[in-house]
Amino acid sequence: MHVPDGFIDAPISAATGVVAATAVAVSLRGARRELDERTAPLAGLVAAFIFAVQMLNFPVAAGTSGHLLGGALAAILVGPYTGVLCVSVVLLMQGILFADGGLTALGVNITDMAVVTTVVAYAVFRGLVKVLPRRRGSITAAAFVAAVLSVPAAAVAFTLIYAVGGTTDVSIGKVATAMIGVHVLIGIGEAAITALTVGAVVAVRPDLVYGARGLRQKLKLRVDGELVDVPDTAPVAAARSHRKVWITGLVTSLVLAGFVSFYASASPDGLEKVAADKGIDARTEKHATSDSPLADYGVRDVENARLSGGLAGVIGVGVTVVAGSTVFWAVRRRRSADTTPVSTGV
Amino acid sequence: MGAGHAHRLYRHGHSAVHALPPHTKLAAAFGFVVVVVSTPREAMWAFGLYAVLLGVVAYAARVPAGFLLKRLLIEVPFVAFAVLMPFVAEGERVEVLGMSLSVSGLWGAWNVLAKGTLGVAASVLLASTTELRSVLLGLQRLRLPPLLVQIASFMIRYGDVITDEMRRMRIARESRGFEASGVRHWGVLAKSAGALFIRSYERGERVHLAMVSRGYAGSMPVIDEVTASRAQWSYALALPFAALVVCVLGWAL
Repeated sequence: MHVPDGFIDAPISAATGVVAATAVAVSLRGARRELDERTAPLAGLVAAFIFAVQMLNFPVAAGTSGHLLGGALAAILVGPYTGVLCVSVVLLMQGILFADGGLTALGVNITDMAVVTTVVAYAVFRGLVKVLPRRRGSITAAAFVAAVLSVPAAAVAFTLIYAVGGTTDVSIGKVATAMIGVHVLIGIGEAAITALTVGAVVAVRPDLVYGARGLRQKLKLRVDGELVDVPDTAPVAAARSHRKVWITGLVTSLVLAGFVSFYASASPDGLEKVAADKGIDARTEKHATSDSPLADYGVRDVENARLSGGLAGVIGVGVTVVAGSTVFWAVRRRRSADTTPVSTGV
Repeated sequence: MGAGHAHRLYRHGHSAVHALPPHTKLAAAFGFVVVVVSTPREAMWAFGLYAVLLGVVAYAARVPAGFLLKRLLIEVPFVAFAVLMPFVAEGERVEVLGMSLSVSGLWGAWNVLAKGTLGVAASVLLASTTELRSVLLGLQRLRLPPLLVQIASFMIRYGDVITDEMRRMRIARESRGFEASGVRHWGVLAKSAGALFIRSYERGERVHLAMVSRGYAGSMPVIDEVTASRAQWSYALALPFAALVVCVLGWAL
């Protein structure tokens, strides 16, 4: 997903550069407020961690493997400001030293992969943690949902940047469908790994998880009244939390559906222009046979494209919800099977 | 950090390019890429000239072509994407070898390939002639916020340490008969990642305490201020200015 030089035109690269610089400046201030003079070593080490963990390959099936992108993980583990800083520094170093991502595309890359992923992940995570019961499992669940949304959000952001400053006139509908479709899948993997990793850290050092700070204090209070509180809340909370988790997940996916289809139906402004310029309706048959049924919807004509963008978004979200909740359900079952006796005590 | 205390990205040498102050090289590389990106894609010959310019730099830096080409391989995933472009882009079509390709898609693919490759080549040349530490010094000199430079320097300094820790964890897993072959093993790998995070963070805390005990109060002392003479600046900026001339010609012709 590292954008190279020449993919986005010069004015938009400069504009995203300004956005990225502003975001980094804000995060520098925010991180300094949170970490004082510890910022440099801690953020540096976390950046090194993100850099290393991106090299950790997770096998998917039949010889293919994926790796973590780390935006959501950083946001949840060290907070949004430090998270943005760490991922930005990783991208900066990758651009300068490893030639991974163009120098002029640094603004695009940082805006897209550091700022959008981290901010979306953290906002979703905080929202969910507030709603969900104060348990360790909720942190994992919230981390999953946050990560699953953050990656397609980055894809949406990229599509928007591309719509404004792309150098090739591939129709925006196609770019959106391809980018969001692929990244919904990537997002599921990212989410599963992020949730498992956050779960592993919460199990050992809950105090290190920035997103679980509120949780820690509440649990300490429960330790004080251990004889009364612990046996009562454990089974009830487990039974109730499942339904709550499901309801929240559904609500979030509906919000996502609205979100994605909003952007999908906003983008045909660009598509309209391309369609008018190039007369793509003449080529309907070729596209219809070319790939998925979503592509068929995407190019019939302009009115249809508006609808199809939304449809593609909703279908994509549907796939996310089904696949995501399957993984989530499996993870939670395993997690609750081996942690319920412990989770209330910590 | 094993051999020669230099990173594997850096290629040791004593050429004129190696000797330039880092910030002039950073500015030159950045300026070059900006010029390349703003060149019209129809001026194909201009990109050839840019490649020649980079070739001259590589020759002056005594970076062998094989080394440069090998490092260019990082681009491959993107080339695959560029190859797809002519098939999916809109606009009028031409028949090439029996395939119907979009003209604007072909231009787009060429645009991304040419500019992307030149950008990668410029970065590779920069990284292979500049030591990591001096890259950071150069960034600082170019007025990047000092805190950001510090974070980057800690990342570079401990990147190898953390990666090594990850390697040791992998060896520990493998020596216990673990073999990751599918989604079922994500839990184990994620626990490793979690442990790696805890170790990294705790190392960060230890590093901070060590720094504080040596008198750190929020800013690093600058002990080696890099400066560049006018001659060095003009030598380094010869590259972007030559590119600029080509670019202007590309717009004019």
